[in-house]
Amino acid sequence: MNDLWLLIVEFMKTGFFAVGGGLATLPFLHEMGAKYGWFTMDTLSTMIAVSESTPGPIGINMATYVGHSAAGWPGAVLATLGLVTPSVVVICIIANYFQKFKNAKIVQMIFAGLKPAVVAFIAAACLNLFVSTLLYAERGISNGIAELFNWKCILLLAVLSGLKKIFPRVHPIAFIGAAALAGIVFSF
Amino acid sequence: MKVLLQLYTAWFKMGLFTFGGGYAMLPIIQREVIEKYHWATEDEIMDYYAIGQCTPGIIAVNTATFVGYYQKGIIGGIAATLGVVSPSVIIIGLIASLISNFAELEIVQHALMGINVAVCMLMIQAIANLWKKSIKNIAAFCIFAIALLLSLFTGLSTVWLVILAGGLGIVLSKTGWLKHE
Repeated sequence: MNDLWLLIVEFMKTGFFAVGGGLATLPFLHEMGAKYGWFTMDTLSTMIAVSESTPGPIGINMATYVGHSAAGWPGAVLATLGLVTPSVVVICIIANYFQKFKNAKIVQMIFAGLKPAVVAFIAAACLNLFVSTLLYAERGISNGIAELFNWKCILLLAVLSGLKKIFPRVHPIAFIGAAALAGIVFSF
Repeated sequence: MKVLLQLYTAWFKMGLFTFGGGYAMLPIIQREVIEKYHWATEDEIMDYYAIGQCTPGIIAVNTATFVGYYQKGIIGGIAATLGVVSPSVIIIGLIASLISNFAELEIVQHALMGINVAVCMLMIQAIANLWKKSIKNIAAFCIFAIALLLSLFTGLSTVWLVILAGGLGIVLSKTGWLKHE
């Protein structure tokens, strides 16, 4: 019982103070491990790896994992609910005001500046994914440039892009499924 | 009631097929939220992302809450949020109790590599779409370039980048270089 309360409180704190997305919760998880002994630092890196390789936003996955290792299924549910409660409250309040003020001139000016920046954030996330998927950055260029590229992945990218051009209406989920299958069949 | 159920199931689906953080979700959001249900326009999703970036919590959750709130108020926000987190709770819960070495399994690593390639492709498409709609003049391009370089090469928190971009938005709009509708 005690652990469940602690989980809710700690994750509400995390949800409230971790600003900027899932990975911003990491320092808070570190602290929880050190403070309550719910998991070791070794398990934390397993949790990150699993969170990255399973469906769902990384931040939520990590919260669920920590909650589960601290207190089983109830822990998983409560940690996740704790994490999302502050953002639901804050966003509902903001959404209410945003509706009223979004036509104000100054707000429009601010968002005219924010839009290109958001495109940049998405592009940065995409570039990082590109580097980790299409390149073997850790190999360096000592063995020649060609060694640096993950040719299998680049070929798959070309095939998928071609398919997307031919069948633009196919659901993104179908591409994700097909690519997972290709990854398994051709052991990427 | 029907809308609440739709919010829950649509966001459940989006949560189930998102690999990575909130931004990797964009291609599926475009398909489900914008094209299928018409719950928001692309412009509005950009606004939600910008706000979600500098408010507490996970960006995917913030976006879900926004979309849900504008459909059905607070209950709508909660339904969408519960939808987007449900797959995580189920899947991670199962993995944590059954397969602790999940991430090391070879088949998982192979599948994930393929999935990452698909996400790359879908994100390029999504960004190309956004580019056409959002980067229409030199001033917008400059904000894009500054934000991209700072987020790639400095450890500067995105909160500061959002504040900087908002400030630039005001200054460049006042001088007439940046158009706002």
